[in-house]
Amino acid sequence: MSTTNSLFSSDLNVVNVGLAMFEDDIAAQGAEVTTLDWTPPAGGKPEVLAALDALGDLEVAQKIEAANAEAVERIANSQPMLVGFGRALDVVPGMTPTTILHSGPPITWDRMNGPMQGAVTGALVFEGLAKDLDEAAALAASGEITFSPCHEHDAVGSMAGVTSASMYMHIVRNETHGNYAYTNLSEQMAKILRMGANDGSVVERLVWMRDVLGPMLKEAMEIGGPIDLRLMLAQALHMGDECHNRNNAGTLLLQQALAPSLLQTSFTTEQKKQVFDFIASSDYFSGPTWMATAKAALDAAHGIENSTVVTTMARNGVEFGIRVSGLAGNQWFTGPAGTVVGPMFAGYKPEDSGRDIGDSAITETYGFGGFTMSAAPAIVALVGGTVQEAMAYTREMGEITTSQNPNVTIPALDFQGIPTGIDVRKVLDTGILPIINTAIAHKDAGIGMIGAGVVNPPVEAFEKAAAALAEVIG
Amino acid sequence: MSTTAVVKKNTYFDSVSLMAISTKANGLDGVAQAFVAMGTEMNKGVLGNLGLLTPELEAAGTGDLMIVAETTDGTDTDAVLAAIEELLVRKAPAGGESAVTYRTIAAAAQDRPDANLAVIAVNGTFAGREARKALENGLNVMLFSDNVPVGEEVALKQLAHDKGLLMMGPDCGTAIINNVGLCFANAVRPGSVGIVAASGTGSQEVSVRVHALGAGISQLIGTGGRDLSEEVGGIMMIDGIRALAADPATSVIVLISKPPAAAVEKKVLAEIATAGKPVVVWFVGGSEEAVVAAGGHFATGSEDAAVQAVRLGTELEAVAGELDTARIDAVVAKLGAEQRYVRGLFCGGTLTDEAMYALLEDTSDVWSNIQKNPDRKLSADSPSTGHTFLDFGDDEFTNGRPHPMIDPSLRLARLVEEARDPEVAVIVMDFILGFGAHEDPVGVTLPAIAEARQIAADAGRHLEIVGYVLGTDRDAPVLADQIAALEAAGVTVTASSTETGQYARAIARKVTNA
Repeated sequence: MSTTNSLFSSDLNVVNVGLAMFEDDIAAQGAEVTTLDWTPPAGGKPEVLAALDALGDLEVAQKIEAANAEAVERIANSQPMLVGFGRALDVVPGMTPTTILHSGPPITWDRMNGPMQGAVTGALVFEGLAKDLDEAAALAASGEITFSPCHEHDAVGSMAGVTSASMYMHIVRNETHGNYAYTNLSEQMAKILRMGANDGSVVERLVWMRDVLGPMLKEAMEIGGPIDLRLMLAQALHMGDECHNRNNAGTLLLQQALAPSLLQTSFTTEQKKQVFDFIASSDYFSGPTWMATAKAALDAAHGIENSTVVTTMARNGVEFGIRVSGLAGNQWFTGPAGTVVGPMFAGYKPEDSGRDIGDSAITETYGFGGFTMSAAPAIVALVGGTVQEAMAYTREMGEITTSQNPNVTIPALDFQGIPTGIDVRKVLDTGILPIINTAIAHKDAGIGMIGAGVVNPPVEAFEKAAAALAEVIG
Repeated sequence: MSTTAVVKKNTYFDSVSLMAISTKANGLDGVAQAFVAMGTEMNKGVLGNLGLLTPELEAAGTGDLMIVAETTDGTDTDAVLAAIEELLVRKAPAGGESAVTYRTIAAAAQDRPDANLAVIAVNGTFAGREARKALENGLNVMLFSDNVPVGEEVALKQLAHDKGLLMMGPDCGTAIINNVGLCFANAVRPGSVGIVAASGTGSQEVSVRVHALGAGISQLIGTGGRDLSEEVGGIMMIDGIRALAADPATSVIVLISKPPAAAVEKKVLAEIATAGKPVVVWFVGGSEEAVVAAGGHFATGSEDAAVQAVRLGTELEAVAGELDTARIDAVVAKLGAEQRYVRGLFCGGTLTDEAMYALLEDTSDVWSNIQKNPDRKLSADSPSTGHTFLDFGDDEFTNGRPHPMIDPSLRLARLVEEARDPEVAVIVMDFILGFGAHEDPVGVTLPAIAEARQIAADAGRHLEIVGYVLGTDRDAPVLADQIAALEAAGVTVTASSTETGQYARAIARKVTNA
């Protein structure tokens, strides 16, 4: 009983679970005590507990630990590089002239919410497949258009994520593992296609992006060569971004890297000024870039046998879906998309909000965005809170992740690495859901962004994933 | 509806903060719509579209803050503006450093490397799981929860044994580790008497008696009530004996339990030979022979256990109290011919047992909800009959409500009920002080005592109420005050659990033989 006798010779230091009343008595006697903020694991649901227990069996747990260690290693050692820009039809696997990619798990036209339908019809007009929005809606419903999730094409899409054949995409190559990731260009502003807006001004901007911005970026990359995005992401976090809702620093860094090459392209000075003005018009310019960065790293960690690490969190405005490394391919586990809570633009009320939408939660899946609120004290108002609370968010996300990414760190937390590798088991064990920073689109088609805030995934998605994992691993 | 607008010159807020402030301002009483924004062309354009743009707002520059509030009729607009301006003032978080709270044992253990013990009191469905997590993270465990399946208990205790950790419980209500009382425990002086107990209130009583004799406690290790059952096999008690045997601060070991399963008793007593220290054994109602044969010191009751431990383990003189027979004669003289029975209403299980076993020495005709004899077992909802001893801490009474040491309501009602029974001679009660217990157990019972005495007086009877206060001079509330309050209410106060049983038995002998 050497351990017990070492207990007798040290100061009592208690973890108190369940009854807070015991804490006062213990503290009054001079012992250290901390009382857990305890809730029944897995929400107290017997079938989920059974799955967790199956995954907690000693031998199984060892296999999972090893697999998860490999998953977070692959995420952390991934080196995503921006290598170019190109039209979706030319670069995205499986893209066709009549394919529309969208955010989140699979969804049919009739089930899409207002903003996504708005974006789809706008995209069909932009592509010249319909002459107006009404004709576009009829076409979308006709069955002639192929709808497919961005995530199933090595891509991600912000908000509605609607991506059509002639839109220009970031091309990101994971130098470490060789895989690619793609995402659309930022439309800047609030009244934009991805937020569900689709009038003439929106389509006009898309045309300019296709004809000027996209080709100029493509040419610039050919001149300047690859850009190390993980390094830039780490720098942006050190400069006060969390790289999901705050991109002030990241956009400056990206522009700084692109500017010399942009100047050397064959476009006119007027067109170059348009591009610089466009980049300056919104701090969000680099937002999609970080999404593709995260996607490239997480895809490299998908499909590791026995791993319970989440590799995708994505929403289509109706459902929130996750994918898990140990459940290879396109197996989605879903629950209803939540309501985003946060400050709204003047004149809008919470009931105007569309439900949670977009692939941008790939940033939290990697470990920044909401997970790294502690790096971006300037936007703690988003969560209605204090800087202290922002620190607590990151610490709390540490409770549901596998480890920290040493390559991307947080100055205010003594350069702790960002929380990495969301573990399905830990989410259910703790009852802590991942926190996601995001924008709010109006619930109706045609309007656009009306606010920003935070949201959690539905716990059902994790419960279903745990059951599937228990069947495969347990 | 009216609109109020104010421009605060040269006042800058970032747009995210302003969105948050506007959202909060929209929630103020009397506000139909509020708009707090910098005076940019875009924001002025929005105000223009809403028809709210006044010349004053029109003149605002990008460095000026615009506050516009559309208020419902009858609203004090000055108050609304003041409230909005209040939202602009940033307040430093109260309390300075924020306390870190954890959601899981694993997270707490990881972040607090000095943590060495988990106290777990959650629903039995989850209790075993949490205890396992604690052990896996290297923490000793005190598992307060009950309703943990016995198979799970064995697995936990085996795991703890393999890891060299304490697994106290399930259903362990009392421990004192490193002089810190856990859950239900009393403030006793540190000392050299070590206790391993399968009984919560029994170990509280022995620790209190040791303290009253001038000695103190090194460690009090709880095992949970089922440890000495056939299934569990005394894993924790045996590990506890070994831990105290190896503990240089412990000079004598006291074992406390209800009578164990025979095979387990043998296994446990076999540890005495190798303990290297005197071992006092109080197995309530157990036999002397086996204990003596194993080299242990047999104790007849809680007080005897304490007295022997102090004598064997310290230099102190220790003497047991003596029953005041004159006091008993005086009481009996006041009782009517019909009044023949003792009714015990207890919070403590082992205190119930000790008093009940005192009577059982004279007669098998004693009823109780914790009787081993099935012919004399009384369910919680049955009225008392003959000599009855009720343990209000037993599952049947606590189902869905707190322990009577915290919530006395059931016992209070029963006290009044017993007072109406003309056959009742004496009502015996315990009052448990200390950590975890009710803040004033006597005070909360006094009205019921007065009512009970009044009922008997109205019927022309003397009702003898006997109370024992389990506590030390270091406990809160003050022991002497609790005793004084009982005496002032006409209650006879006994000095120990042992004496309480002796007193009840002595009265029972007189009234049954009368």
